[in-house]
Amino acid sequence: MTAGQVTGEVRATVADKAPRRFQIRNLTRPAIYAVLLLATLFYIIPVYILLITGLKGGSEVSLDHMWTLPQGFGFTSFTDAWTALSPNFLNSVKIAVPAAVLSSMLGSLNGYILAKWRFRGSETLFTLILFGMFIPYQAILIPLVLLERDFGLSGTLQGLIAIHVIYGIPITTLIFRNYYVAIPEELVEAARIDGAGFFGIYGRILLPLSLPGFVVVLIWQFTSAWNDFLFAATLTSPNNWPLTVAVNNLSSNTAVAWNVQMAGSLIAALPTLLIYVLLGKFFMRGLLAGSLKG
Amino acid sequence: MRRPNRDRVISIALVMPSIVAVAIFVYGLIGWTGFVSTTKWDSLEPDYTSVGANNFVSIFASARFQLDLRNTVVFTIFFVLVSLAIGITLANLLDRKIRGEAFFRSVFLFPMAISFIVTGVVWKWLLSPSSGYNLLLGLNPLTNRWFTDPTVLSISPTSGPGQVLHDIGLGMITDPKFGIPIALLSIVIAAVWQMSGFVMALYLAGLRGIPEELREAARVDGASEWGVFRRVILPLLLPVTVTAVIILGHISLKIYDLTQAMSPTGPGFATDFPATFMWQSSFTNNQFAKGAAVAVVMLVLVATLIVPYLIWNRRQATTS
Repeated sequence: MTAGQVTGEVRATVADKAPRRFQIRNLTRPAIYAVLLLATLFYIIPVYILLITGLKGGSEVSLDHMWTLPQGFGFTSFTDAWTALSPNFLNSVKIAVPAAVLSSMLGSLNGYILAKWRFRGSETLFTLILFGMFIPYQAILIPLVLLERDFGLSGTLQGLIAIHVIYGIPITTLIFRNYYVAIPEELVEAARIDGAGFFGIYGRILLPLSLPGFVVVLIWQFTSAWNDFLFAATLTSPNNWPLTVAVNNLSSNTAVAWNVQMAGSLIAALPTLLIYVLLGKFFMRGLLAGSLKG
Repeated sequence: MRRPNRDRVISIALVMPSIVAVAIFVYGLIGWTGFVSTTKWDSLEPDYTSVGANNFVSIFASARFQLDLRNTVVFTIFFVLVSLAIGITLANLLDRKIRGEAFFRSVFLFPMAISFIVTGVVWKWLLSPSSGYNLLLGLNPLTNRWFTDPTVLSISPTSGPGQVLHDIGLGMITDPKFGIPIALLSIVIAAVWQMSGFVMALYLAGLRGIPEELREAARVDGASEWGVFRRVILPLLLPVTVTAVIILGHISLKIYDLTQAMSPTGPGFATDFPATFMWQSSFTNNQFAKGAAVAVVMLVLVATLIVPYLIWNRRQATTS
């Protein structure tokens, strides 16, 4: 901030001498880029370590070589990690995909009703629903275990999917509601005059405009279900463990080599990272909606 | 006139399942947890004999829970302040027509897409005394012990400030229970890595919403660049700051995954948190009533942060 401060003072005193101000401002540009590059290093280094350690073979995995690039490409760590984790990868897919699809359908319906079919108390109800996305899940975990047992869902994938869908209601409803609120009332009114009812308005007006909303919610729900640890660790049996639980288990096992742990972590991170790289804009929107400022 | 009424019934009928689900699974189960926290249930089989507030008395008296609360406070302060500082700095730098802005933005934000588990595994490797940054920077592993460091920084009772505190009857503050565990700072680094980009994105969105004319007007009035930031930009970003503090604060009150992967309890419970204590009490030791009591305390902490925020948010929405 010192650089900015100096510029600022100079700016104030010589405000009428524009050329000089410009010159000094130019000097701060390299400093800005230097800070940004330093920050880039901070964020990138963990990925660098993940990648190079994952690509190293057994003999290369010593602390002396920790920071150096691997000698040629070896994928043995990945094949080892994949052998250990492929069932868990499949579990993660089986959990996150249905959870995301069901959540977005439910969220769209709820959002439509809370945006375009408001009823007495619906705003208060909406706020009460939103509270559900902030609670520490520890506060519902013990009875949830009992309920899952009563419904015969203990340890199952279906049970975990249902939980993601239920606890996804607040955020998905929020995103869709804010999305639909922005669609002009006149459009809805016009359809109503044309004789469209509840489903007509939804199917003909809102749904066709919903694609970006669906992408945001699908990404958001997929990412949170994929990255969930607490529910999965508490409510799934070992053969149904998703990647997060399996990777955590792998990393606390001292018998598993570091390169395999890193390769496993990368496998766990890759799908959501890929989504982020390809659909970053939509990911951002979900993030900002999560802070209620949709 | 018949149609709208029928549609109204359909709309309420279709939103009802979700409302009922939230009513049961959020509010109902919270109530159930609250009930469990007042029982004697401390083995595999539920025992609903009432013990009143005994579980709360016992957890608040337990040394481990006291340390958990200390860790939560210390972690929250460091995590929130550092994330805010990094977030607002990066956002301000990026808001100056930077070449490659999109690239920097993506780099700063991508950790948000990764699970806390992966973050924890990588940072454990990066901050282990015998590897990672110690190795890269040539730091002595015996003195730079990161998350394995049992040291707790606290005010020495024999020092000047310690004496003063003792004289004014606040001698208890010199207890390590009011100190700063060094190991916790490693968790802060990993959490900041994951979340500071999010703060940057919030601030950048906020900055983009401030019209250039406002800055120009302040400059014309003779304000320095720092003055513009402090007197014009910062106040206008207050809602963003409030949002960021609430979001980060509630995350830190619930922190669990990250420490599980990186350092589950730490040396002398230096990286232990209420969430860790809750899970171990309930699902490792089958002391479900105790776990429920910890969960209730966590909920109360989060609710004191979130409920005013939700009300504030709703007021903003209705006035704008």
